[in-house]
Amino acid sequence: MTEKTIEDINTRIADGSVHVVTAEEMPDIVSQLGPEQAAKEVDIVTTGTFGAMCSSGVWMNFGHSDPPIKMQRLWLNDVEAYTGVAAVDAYIGAAQLSSSRGMDYGGAHVIEDLVSGKSIDIHAISQGTDCYPRKLLDTTLTIEDLNQAIMMNPRNAYQKYASASNSSNRLLHTYMGTLLPNCGNITYSGSGVLSPLSNDPEYRTIGFGTRIFLCGTQGYVTGEGTQHDPNDQFGTLMVQGDLKKMDKKYIRAATFNGYGTSLYVGIGIPIPILNSDLAKATAVTDANITTSILDYSVPQRDKPVLRNVTYEELKSGMIDINGHEILTSPLSSFHDARSIATELKEWVKQGKFYPTLPVERISSTRVCKPMKQIKEQLMVVDVMATRITTIRQGLCIEDAAKIIMESSFSHLPVVSEEDKLVGIITAWDIAKAVAENKYNKLDDVMTKDVIKAEATEPIDIAACRLDQHNISAMPVIDKHSKVVGIITSDDFSKLVARRRDK
Amino acid sequence: MKILLYATPDIIARPLIAETVLETGALLNVDRADIKPSGGEIVIDVPQNRYNEVTAALIKRGANIIPLEHPVIKDDEECINCGACISVCPTGVISFDDEWCVVMDVSKCVQCGMCMTMCPHGALKVVKE
Repeated sequence: MTEKTIEDINTRIADGSVHVVTAEEMPDIVSQLGPEQAAKEVDIVTTGTFGAMCSSGVWMNFGHSDPPIKMQRLWLNDVEAYTGVAAVDAYIGAAQLSSSRGMDYGGAHVIEDLVSGKSIDIHAISQGTDCYPRKLLDTTLTIEDLNQAIMMNPRNAYQKYASASNSSNRLLHTYMGTLLPNCGNITYSGSGVLSPLSNDPEYRTIGFGTRIFLCGTQGYVTGEGTQHDPNDQFGTLMVQGDLKKMDKKYIRAATFNGYGTSLYVGIGIPIPILNSDLAKATAVTDANITTSILDYSVPQRDKPVLRNVTYEELKSGMIDINGHEILTSPLSSFHDARSIATELKEWVKQGKFYPTLPVERISSTRVCKPMKQIKEQLMVVDVMATRITTIRQGLCIEDAAKIIMESSFSHLPVVSEEDKLVGIITAWDIAKAVAENKYNKLDDVMTKDVIKAEATEPIDIAACRLDQHNISAMPVIDKHSKVVGIITSDDFSKLVARRRDK
Repeated sequence: MKILLYATPDIIARPLIAETVLETGALLNVDRADIKPSGGEIVIDVPQNRYNEVTAALIKRGANIIPLEHPVIKDDEECINCGACISVCPTGVISFDDEWCVVMDVSKCVQCGMCMTMCPHGALKVVKE
């Protein structure tokens, strides 16, 4: 049994005899030599990932102005930073949007501009105190002018990530990119074979205090990341490093159209091969890492799984869903993940980087819970009007006009013999038909592709749908497509008013 | 090769393309058409050997023609080779090379602009001039 210590490995780095390979090279080595011999020969396996990591940001200390200010609210290039700490400390988060430029510019862009050495406009306000009398501050500074700029990312380096597609007939803009209608494309994230946590899923060497490659400089793992979920192979890391030493190549601002800003963070983690178990773990391949393609057209926490896939399949560029070949797109850069793993390998070989073992291990069993919600989620059935008037399919528009006049409903769901929803007709449709001199059957005038709500869906989702389609009412159906009610924008307005009153 | 045709509102209602096909006998393929009251923007695939005749026939009818030599431009400083753009392109312009670098065959581009919408890094630009 091979058992090496971290000191053995670091001695080899110092004398130049260390054997380092990337996680892409390791599977072949282990399959040729077996884990035992591989553990003897290989000292370190380097991993890498370069993708969008929204939970990223930077702690800054500005030094004191004269007269001094306790910054109560602070903006950097119009992007607000968190100041609920000491007077001139603040945290800028990657996903915070600019108050003037919206999604085109956010905290991520401020961070990238800082790294690039650009000037940043600072605006701060305060109510003024005896010790910090200043109420307003405007200045311009670069990263050099900050005492500290410490990158501190609460959740980075997801072990793997769920892949995304969209079965609806609407184009979706998500944090997984633009998703074409009718499952027109699939997006995914993560570096698969090079993923740091997929190469050490037991957290034997990656833990509190592990030295890592962070955006082109040396950084540290400071613990488990938020939403760490190792049980489901969705582990995450919290990391820290000195922004002043980082390289713009590995820290890049991004905007996901219609979603917001994020930061591409480059992370590489060396895994010291202390024994055959670690050799075996680092022999993981894209084919061994599975994830699910989720349907993002369902705007709920638990999205339906369209199918399970491996990273090997995702990286092939084409996935079969129900007999259709669909193009895939990564959102993270495998090219740059490989550069990171290779650069880290060179650092170790040249004696510029010495790996460490963790001072404390990260939990490999913790479970990530959903949010506790104390107010019961209202469903469409709770707010819809149940007194409804429908019209039978096959009648003519005069009949519809009469019913609308008698019932004072301006939206009439059209139903089949079996009471199933087949269309909707509004006062406007009738006016239009009359204006165009089309006294036809209902079927020719009604809208057949009805925007509808389901009785059992949360009201927030139904409200979103009204907004998206810019309509004022939707028929509500049960699971058999029977019309059971109608929900209008008035119902939502009343509800919001009631919530406010409480 | 592809051309971008601009037609002003006064001529957009005329069968410019049909007339050009009849006059030249060249088989034209309309890749994308965006017709608005303010005018039309149409991408047409023209057989390479009939290019001069076809463009002359369209210009004669009052259309403004731009050859799409560089329909979409990638800023290599901004591109991080993620490949997010690949799956939204309807004509297969974008792919990875063996090194996982994003490469483009711009001759297929119809300037729909989806790649520009998708790119998280603002690295792609559809050029319409």
